[in-house]
Amino acid sequence: MSIGHTLLGLLESGPRHGYDLKRAFDEHFGQDRPLHYGQVYSTMSRLLKNGLVEVDGVEAGAGPERKRYAITDAGITDVAQWLARPEKPEPYLQSTLYTKVVLALMTDRDAAELLDTQRAEHLRLMRGLTERKRTGDLADQLICDHALFHLEADLRWLELTAARLDKLAEAVGG
Amino acid sequence: MTPEGSLLAAEGLRKAYGPTPALDGADFSIHPGEVVAVMGPSGSGKSTLLHCLAGIIRPDSGTVRYGTHALTELTDAQRSALRRTDFGFVFQFGQLVPELTCLENVALPLRLNGTKRKDAERQARDWLAQLEVDGVDGQRPGEISGGQGQRVAVARALATRPRVIFADEPTGALDSLNGERVLTLLTNAARDTNAAVVLVTHEARVAAYSDREIVVRDGRVKDMAGRI
Amino acid sequence: MSIDTTTTGGGLRGWARDLGMGVRFAVGGGREGWIRTLLTALGVGLGVLLLLGAASIPTMMETRTQRGQARLPMEMESEALAPSAATLVEAEADTEFRGDPVRGKLLRPDGDQAPTPPGVSALPGPGEMVVSPALRELLGSPEGRLLRERLHFKDVGTITQPGLIGPGELLYYAGSATLTTDDGGWRIARFGTLVKSDPLDPLLLTLLIVGCVVLLMPVALFIATAVRFGGERRDRRLAALRLIGADARATRRMAAGEALFGAVCGLLVGAGLFVVARQFVGDVTVWDINAFPSDVTPVPGLAALVLLAVPVSAIGVTLFALRRVSIEPLGVARDSAGRRRRLWWRLPFPVAGLALMLLNGRVSGRDAEVNPYLVAGGAALLLVGVTLLLPWAVDAAVARFRGGPVPWQLAVRRLQLSGGAAARAVSGITVAVAGAIALQLFFSAIQGDFMKITGQDQSRAQLRTMLPSHDIGAIRKMISEFHATEGVRGVIASIGSSARRPGPLRKGEEFRPGTLVSVGDCPSLSELAHTGPCKDGDVFVVKDSTGTVDEDDITEVARPGATVDFAGDDGRSGPPPHPRLWTIPMSARTIEARKDPTGQAVFGLMATPGSLDLKLLERPTARAMVKIDPRVPDAVEHVRNTAARIDPQTRVFTLQNTARDKQFTSLRTGLLAAATAMLALIAASMLVTMLEQLRERRRLLSVLVAFGTRRATLAWSVLWQTAVPVALGLALAVAGGAGLGLALLRMAGKTAFDWSVVWPLTAAGGALVLVVTLLSLPPLWRLMRPDGLRTE
Repeated sequence: MSIGHTLLGLLESGPRHGYDLKRAFDEHFGQDRPLHYGQVYSTMSRLLKNGLVEVDGVEAGAGPERKRYAITDAGITDVAQWLARPEKPEPYLQSTLYTKVVLALMTDRDAAELLDTQRAEHLRLMRGLTERKRTGDLADQLICDHALFHLEADLRWLELTAARLDKLAEAVGG
Repeated sequence: MTPEGSLLAAEGLRKAYGPTPALDGADFSIHPGEVVAVMGPSGSGKSTLLHCLAGIIRPDSGTVRYGTHALTELTDAQRSALRRTDFGFVFQFGQLVPELTCLENVALPLRLNGTKRKDAERQARDWLAQLEVDGVDGQRPGEISGGQGQRVAVARALATRPRVIFADEPTGALDSLNGERVLTLLTNAARDTNAAVVLVTHEARVAAYSDREIVVRDGRVKDMAGRI
Repeated sequence: MSIDTTTTGGGLRGWARDLGMGVRFAVGGGREGWIRTLLTALGVGLGVLLLLGAASIPTMMETRTQRGQARLPMEMESEALAPSAATLVEAEADTEFRGDPVRGKLLRPDGDQAPTPPGVSALPGPGEMVVSPALRELLGSPEGRLLRERLHFKDVGTITQPGLIGPGELLYYAGSATLTTDDGGWRIARFGTLVKSDPLDPLLLTLLIVGCVVLLMPVALFIATAVRFGGERRDRRLAALRLIGADARATRRMAAGEALFGAVCGLLVGAGLFVVARQFVGDVTVWDINAFPSDVTPVPGLAALVLLAVPVSAIGVTLFALRRVSIEPLGVARDSAGRRRRLWWRLPFPVAGLALMLLNGRVSGRDAEVNPYLVAGGAALLLVGVTLLLPWAVDAAVARFRGGPVPWQLAVRRLQLSGGAAARAVSGITVAVAGAIALQLFFSAIQGDFMKITGQDQSRAQLRTMLPSHDIGAIRKMISEFHATEGVRGVIASIGSSARRPGPLRKGEEFRPGTLVSVGDCPSLSELAHTGPCKDGDVFVVKDSTGTVDEDDITEVARPGATVDFAGDDGRSGPPPHPRLWTIPMSARTIEARKDPTGQAVFGLMATPGSLDLKLLERPTARAMVKIDPRVPDAVEHVRNTAARIDPQTRVFTLQNTARDKQFTSLRTGLLAAATAMLALIAASMLVTMLEQLRERRRLLSVLVAFGTRRATLAWSVLWQTAVPVALGLALAVAGGAGLGLALLRMAGKTAFDWSVVWPLTAAGGALVLVVTLLSLPPLWRLMRPDGLRTE
């Protein structure tokens, strides 16, 4: 999953300090692996270099955590494009999708739309696999079935998430 | 939003059961030979959409057009006649007449259309063979397995060579293998006859048999075609 | 580890527990359960109502007879009673009002200790009367105006229940100041006799027994059907119980418990209905019989039998019905395809029934023996046999049906799969109709025994009366009063006496030969004899055309030119001291007699008033036959009023072509009505079954509608599904009814067979099919809405 896009997304709701960004990230997405400060600084400097964020101000004292970052228009466009782009269906996609859904909710974007888009992408792949099954031999069928079942599991998770969007929106306070 | 060349198209369908709206401005269209999956969570209005499209129920507002007919303008008798001749139906369960033999069940829609019994049963026998259940002719639905029953039901839906087949969770009560076989047979037969299939399902693997899916949510339809 | 099976064990406690559980299901089954219990309770309740009613008939008959006997005047057979303070003179003063009998007596007490009839507190004085409440109501109503003219006495009191046979009886006792024993009255010392009533005519007894069997069998069948209402849903519930570990026997007992609860509710409903219905029993009159509520009290033994038999049979029927149903944890399997219904054990029932009935032998003739057990048992066996044959017949017939149009195919296939249920529903019809047909056949055959062709000719005169006077002046006045009565078109009146040969007895004679003499005007005489041209002053010698009287006997006395003596013989002591001689003119013609409108032939001398001084006749009596104008309403009542004005004891009789035909017609109508009511009851239960079946198939119906099935197709299939078993049931009913009827006819020694009784009932059966179908249609349309497709 993309930490850059995630941090950008977090900034969309308003300028934040470095330490603030880390805390927000950990709170929403860092249940298993909290973010290192180092990751924050390196990512932010890359985003600064690409013109997606700018330094909004510096508090008294030294150190990058004192810098306040704000998202630029280019940054907002980048987040929007990232959110709208379905992920390539693959196993263990959930964390990315989850991040996207939460960010969409936090930034008042249509999370359901995001999920629908993702489902369409999944289905496209599944259609391909089903077509292969139709024409392929038994080995093909078995392999395709394996993939289909995994994709279906993803989709079920998507459906469940979509059904719980309201509750999730409450939870992220967005 | 009625794309050119569509066989069946609906616009702005609204239907409420009591105070709760089941459909709230739904649009839909399907072309000949196309298989469209209707997806969405339970209670989203999938079945209501299917019933409106098939002319089983009349929407509170909105139009359904089938070929040159405005379905929503037709009388009940005319819609019934249309369903007999041009539409076929497969449901999840409980659709075979338990007293009739499987052969008679398949012949039933043909006979309702006025086909002679001998003729209807000959055609029915062919359809049973095509659906790989040619051994169940004389048996009653209670005496065969669920998978066989569903194939008999598909045979019955196809028997009148309908232009549109409406399938509401056709594999809902079947195991994966039987479900896939029934879907393969159904979609193959539909493609062979250039019939359109409206396939209501909440299962992605079933929807994967379609050419295109739409999602019904809160009574509205989201057409996912051409998104990517 | 051993498996503890005590939770599903049998034994008394097991029974009690499972029955109790079933009762709890019936009570706690939610709305569905309540509706089912309610239907059962109503069905059983109606049946119980009828059974309790039937159980009350013996009490009713007995109390009615008792009260009837208690008010009969105790007449001395041997010698006349001497008048005393404790005697009274009574005379019949019955009349009729618009076809209803009005019973009355004239009473004249000899002293202040004279007896009073039962139900009367004080004897009415002269010009007064006491009346029954029904008569008072009639007299007080506008319809009773004409009767009021006739019973012009002053109403001074009420006859209470002990003096009345039924609450609707029209009865009065009027006081008289002039009545004597010479005047048609009888002197009595008290009311009440203990006449041992004749044993019922064997034919009627047979009829009564068979009637009871015929009417009660369908009730029993209806109860049996009613406890099975809602069976399919219950079976599914029981299957769910099997899933959580109840064993097969336990579920059966639970089913029995549910039925038991319904039956007990039904008993309560029935008892309640009975208590309410008997309050209104007085308003109903069947075959001139109506009863006081207190008369309608079930014989305790029979009531106990009903109370016991209904719940027990509810359990029995349920267990019997479930014998071929295996309730498995995942559903209910009906063992219908596997086992064919067998004929061999069903056929002996009707055959044995017929045999038993024929074993009783002839019942015609007064002293024929009727063994009620043989007759009732035979009739019951025969009818039970017919119901047992029905499921087999339905199976056998339906199994042959193939093909046909779609509705027919749907119906036939359904019947093939569950013909038993259909047969059960119509078995009530079969018994009711078979019984009714048998009874009616029997009736129309024995009717002749009870109904005489009277020979009376209603086209010539409609009423006849005897005038209670021997005074020529009075008689003439009376005749003119009849003439003057509203609605009277003519009076055929003749004054009669006898004429004898004058002179002393001849050797070998015990009395002087004599003949009749009748005096009337020409039109009247022409009704009595073929007079030919007639004018006042003519005299005729009339020969008896019937051959009962020797012509010589007439001509010995009555010859043209002969002298006759109108004075009567005083005992056997020879000619009276004062002969009343008259010479028959030589011009008298000899003619043939003709039957008068009452069917009697008058012969002897006939004279017109101008030829004979009426004063010569000794103790003349007058007969009058009255022709009324059919267009004048109540002309009959006007004539009766005139007669009563002349003398309350004058009785006016209506001429009838046949006697008793009215009662038989009413009995036939009653039977038809009862059979129709039975059919209605059965229609109700068929409808319930049909609706239940349709509800079960709600989803299927929606699917059929989805793929475009016409409403008409399904309506026709419902019609066929009802019509086929009903038609078969009726066919069997006609066969069984004819069988039973023939057996009865044979017992009665009759051969006449009246097929016309069959048609109304078969027509009623057809109507029933239509009604059930029509009433099924609205729910069918409702169920055909696509709602059934929505998954819950």
